[in-house]
Amino acid sequence: MSGQITNILLVGVGGQGILLASEVLSETVMLAGYDVKKSEIHGMSQRGGSVVSHVRYGKEVFSPIVPEGEGDILFGFELMETCRSLSLLKPGGTVIANDLRISPPSILMGQETYPEGLAERIKEQFPDFLLVDGQRLALEAGNPRTANTVLLGAVSKRLDIDEAYWLQALEKMVPAKALNVNMKAFLLGRSL
Amino acid sequence: MKEILSGNEAIARGAYEAGCRVACAYPGTPSTEILENTVNYTEINSSWAPNEKVALEVAIGASFGGGRALCTMKHVGVNVAADPLFTLSYTGVNGGLVLVAADDPEMHSSQNEQDSRNYAKFAKVPMLEPADSQECKEFTRLAFELSEKYDTPVMLRTCTRISHSKSVVELGERVTGLPEPKLVKNAPKLVMLPGNARVRHPLVEERLLKLSADGATLPYNRMELRDTAIGIITAGVCYNYVREVLPQASTLKLGMVHPLPRDMIREFAATVDKLYIVEELDPFIEEQVKAMGIAAIGKEILPICGELTPGRLRAAFGLPEIASATPEKLPGRPPNMCPGCPHRGVFYTLNQLKAYVTGDIGCYTLGFMPPLSAMDTCICMGASIGMATGVTKVVSPEEQKRVVAVIGDSTFLHTGINGLMDMVYNQSPATVIILDNRITAMTGRQDNPASGFTLMDDPTHRIDFPLLCKALGVKHIRVINPFDLDETRRVLQEEMNRPEPSVIITDRPCVLVKREGVFQKGAVYAVSAEACTGCRACLKIGCPAIEWRPAGDGSKKGKAYIDPLLCTGCDVCRQLCKFGAIGEAKQ
Repeated sequence: MSGQITNILLVGVGGQGILLASEVLSETVMLAGYDVKKSEIHGMSQRGGSVVSHVRYGKEVFSPIVPEGEGDILFGFELMETCRSLSLLKPGGTVIANDLRISPPSILMGQETYPEGLAERIKEQFPDFLLVDGQRLALEAGNPRTANTVLLGAVSKRLDIDEAYWLQALEKMVPAKALNVNMKAFLLGRSL
Repeated sequence: MKEILSGNEAIARGAYEAGCRVACAYPGTPSTEILENTVNYTEINSSWAPNEKVALEVAIGASFGGGRALCTMKHVGVNVAADPLFTLSYTGVNGGLVLVAADDPEMHSSQNEQDSRNYAKFAKVPMLEPADSQECKEFTRLAFELSEKYDTPVMLRTCTRISHSKSVVELGERVTGLPEPKLVKNAPKLVMLPGNARVRHPLVEERLLKLSADGATLPYNRMELRDTAIGIITAGVCYNYVREVLPQASTLKLGMVHPLPRDMIREFAATVDKLYIVEELDPFIEEQVKAMGIAAIGKEILPICGELTPGRLRAAFGLPEIASATPEKLPGRPPNMCPGCPHRGVFYTLNQLKAYVTGDIGCYTLGFMPPLSAMDTCICMGASIGMATGVTKVVSPEEQKRVVAVIGDSTFLHTGINGLMDMVYNQSPATVIILDNRITAMTGRQDNPASGFTLMDDPTHRIDFPLLCKALGVKHIRVINPFDLDETRRVLQEEMNRPEPSVIITDRPCVLVKREGVFQKGAVYAVSAEACTGCRACLKIGCPAIEWRPAGDGSKKGKAYIDPLLCTGCDVCRQLCKFGAIGEAKQ
């Protein structure tokens, strides 16, 4: 039903830089001339809860949230959160996930264990799956906190949008003193 | 110029463009960012009030003085501001007055999901409902114009998905040439004594009829005819879901949800074969349409509870489900208090002392979750103290000792002071803990009268809690360091056992306060693997920085580990370790 709309989901844990990544993505597609809507829940999620950000772009976007089962790309900052949101993705959709595990309270307290084999199970259901070592590449870029930008770079390659718009959006949205390292992180991700 | 703005940013922009001079609010998700953005426009005097009632009263004063004024709050805030709102409806305005009520269907961050549209009907004021950020901006401008044209406060209703969604907005210029504010006496209009109010009430009724009749000519109500087999009356974010899921259906998109444009609704109903009403929460439009004698389908197929989504709308209209992956059962990820949060030790102690805790609204409401599990009630802002008084009126003297009210600094100033006044006046033996972390934390670190700064970042008087409690007549006031578990336990026990009202004030800042010199991170702690016996005592505070690492041999054994990136050095876990295994990390 969504016609020419591209649906992207960014999921992870509060504090991982998901909102900045989705802002840069939205700015990029606006610069490229598309209508765009983005939606996420603030509030409770800031206290270490799950975060799901929806970005939709195309000629004219109505719903600010991605209809269930219509996501084109799921862009996961943490493995368990990536898994939790798979049902938003369309069959045959793309998954780009950070190879990172962050334990929720029940696991920290030793009441549950972190599920094993998540990446394998994602790949079984969604063969178009890219696992990114965001932490290592962020260190390579020069700042461990740029994993979100590395991942954004990896996603950017899957979208038919001119590189110039991405760089322009990064320049606008990222604070000046962190721009160089983020540019480097973005290009590292884009080269994957 | 085009920008991507959230609904809240767009409302702030709309207020700026409308020539708004004063914006006032109490923070509340999902409305908070409106004032955090009006403050960026130097032309608007923006301020946090201690509660929504005061915020609206400040806006009323600004309006009566002749300036355009904006007041914003979350849905439950309107309950607090309802008293001035209902009579403001009678007086009307001088400068335009717009009240934003931000609803939270699905309760992403709220204690109920009341539908604010009922307030517009109840208070007899017009209400606009935007469907995206562009409309947020346009409708805010329009609301100010309507407010002055019809001499009425105007409500603007958003919901979480409008306030916190971003979309493209075309910016405009700030209007000029509005009348200069000045004092003008007009007692028959502004002094609502019975004699004057009796004159005003009929004007309110006339105003509603005129607004309803004018509804068809105003641009915000829009009939879009496509296939006329199905016609849908809808508004706000639901309009987008309708266009997404049923693109061929004809729509009557209401920009004004109260009063309804009755003639337009009749015309639309007569044009389409089958009429549906798609709205979130209450059947607000539906009941009125049905009362007009028009056949329609609404809550017969749509949910009253929770928010609408494209998927739920598909299901309601019997469209086939879209195939997708089956979700795997995974450990949940609920929100948690931050590492180093000064509330953690207090709730740990309350749990140990088996207190019956009447709770309140804030980050500390998370104290109800395991392993702290030390909150027994939560109703609304400021309710903890009144509830504690009430509980002690009915239980035995022995049980009275266990009753403790817990309330944050901002919530205490919001509506907790009256509760404490009553507790002293009527001599309840309960204990009150004011968790003073010097900020309104839950909604994202807003200043309040006890933080020492205004929204515009000007230094100001900082409320002295012990002095305030003393003035209310509390004889036993204790200020404690909540990171010192022995002190916290000792003082709590003493005050809980005392058969008189008492107040304990915790005196450590929120770890998220960014203002210099308020929160200071301590030395990072570490667990000595040799000394750790795996007793799990340190896990009982639920600190996100402490992790249980299983031995990996299939046994239940393991050891604790502290994440050095998360630890703030608050020292609470060290005090729980009987084996001296936790201490400052070696450099």
